[in-house]
Amino acid sequence: MQLEQQVALVTGASRGIGKSIAETLAQAGAVVIGTATSESGAGAISDYLSAYGGQGRVLDVTDDDSVQQLVTGLKEASGLPQILVNNAGITEDKLLMRMSATDWQRVLDTNLSAIYRMSKAFIRGMMKTRNGRIINIGSVIGSMGNAGQSNYAAAKAGLIGFSKALAQEVGARGITVNVVAPGYIQTDMTADLPEDQKTALLDKIPLQKLGETDDIARAVLFLAAESGRYITGETLHVNGGMYMA
Amino acid sequence: MSDIENKVKEIVVEQLDLDVSASELNNSASFVDDLGADSLDTVELVMALEEEFECEIPEEDAEKITTVQQAIDYVTANV
Ligand SMILES: NC(=O)c1ccc[n+]([C@@H]2O[C@H](COP(=O)([O-])OP(=O)(O)OC[C@H]3O[C@@H](n4cnc5c(N)ncnc54)[C@H](OP(=O)(O)O)[C@@H]3O)[C@@H](O)[C@H]2O)c1
Repeated sequence: MQLEQQVALVTGASRGIGKSIAETLAQAGAVVIGTATSESGAGAISDYLSAYGGQGRVLDVTDDDSVQQLVTGLKEASGLPQILVNNAGITEDKLLMRMSATDWQRVLDTNLSAIYRMSKAFIRGMMKTRNGRIINIGSVIGSMGNAGQSNYAAAKAGLIGFSKALAQEVGARGITVNVVAPGYIQTDMTADLPEDQKTALLDKIPLQKLGETDDIARAVLFLAAESGRYITGETLHVNGGMYMA
Repeated sequence: MSDIENKVKEIVVEQLDLDVSASELNNSASFVDDLGADSLDTVELVMALEEEFECEIPEEDAEKITTVQQAIDYVTANV
């Protein structure tokens, strides 16, 4: 199998895209650690991953102590991951004129600073083994912008620059850093879109449908497996054609 | 050679993948200028020292460790 004997860590694996990524990497043979913000969420992850030798863990990506606890915990259990998928993310949509400093900060912290925190915590293990894949989940909004999402767009654009810089720092150690940028995917995050907005959206998508979480998971697997070994600093857009880079 | 000196040199030889043995390593050798290390190598070297001697070397101090002797001195003084 493609990812046999590899440990993969997927943040935000309780639902949506992260869950699909965790399942896909596990099916490809990886020991997958999936994270959720609550004990019950972590338990639910263990339920679907244990058949593959993986498990759920509690993690708040905005909290340094929580990240450190995870590092320590994994060292003792599965071992440190060679594959890190930074998927956890939130939105807090508002027009800038109505956006509070908290709305801004929370989104930047969860979607961007968390990637700094997680990459720094886990890259050490990858440096040692001279082998690693960091895959950051961005968004088409990071490239296109979108009214009401200045905080989210800034964070998602920011992680592209981060990934390019880090890719240059650690390339010599056999570590790749890439972004997978989903378009509109059917998850909790997009479930609240009003019907008229959805229709307007479909008009702009050449493939004329929302994406499925599995579409993103396949792209992540492509980058995590041997197939992605010569790709680094790249952003892979998976959006049905709504934005062509 | 003291234990610390010996251990530090072993780590340097291993981390920088040098073709000399620890005992042949010159104390005044600079990691970058004499031993061919790049910036990432020096970061990894400090990480390896931290691990071996179970200590945390703050960034300000790490920057000042540029030769074999400085590494030995630092570990001797701080561990
Ligand atoms: N859905 C889309 O159309 C779309 C489009 C472009 C990009 N994306 C990106 O894809 C990623 C996943 O999106 P999704 O739609 O699957 O989201 P989702 O269904 O809302 O799930 C979000 C996940 O992130 C976790 N999470 C939230 N805050 C966290 C924190 N502080 N620490 C740790 N984990 C946290 C959640 O954990 P809990 O369950 O414990 O709350 C959950 O597992 C995000 O980065 C998102 O920006 C999604």
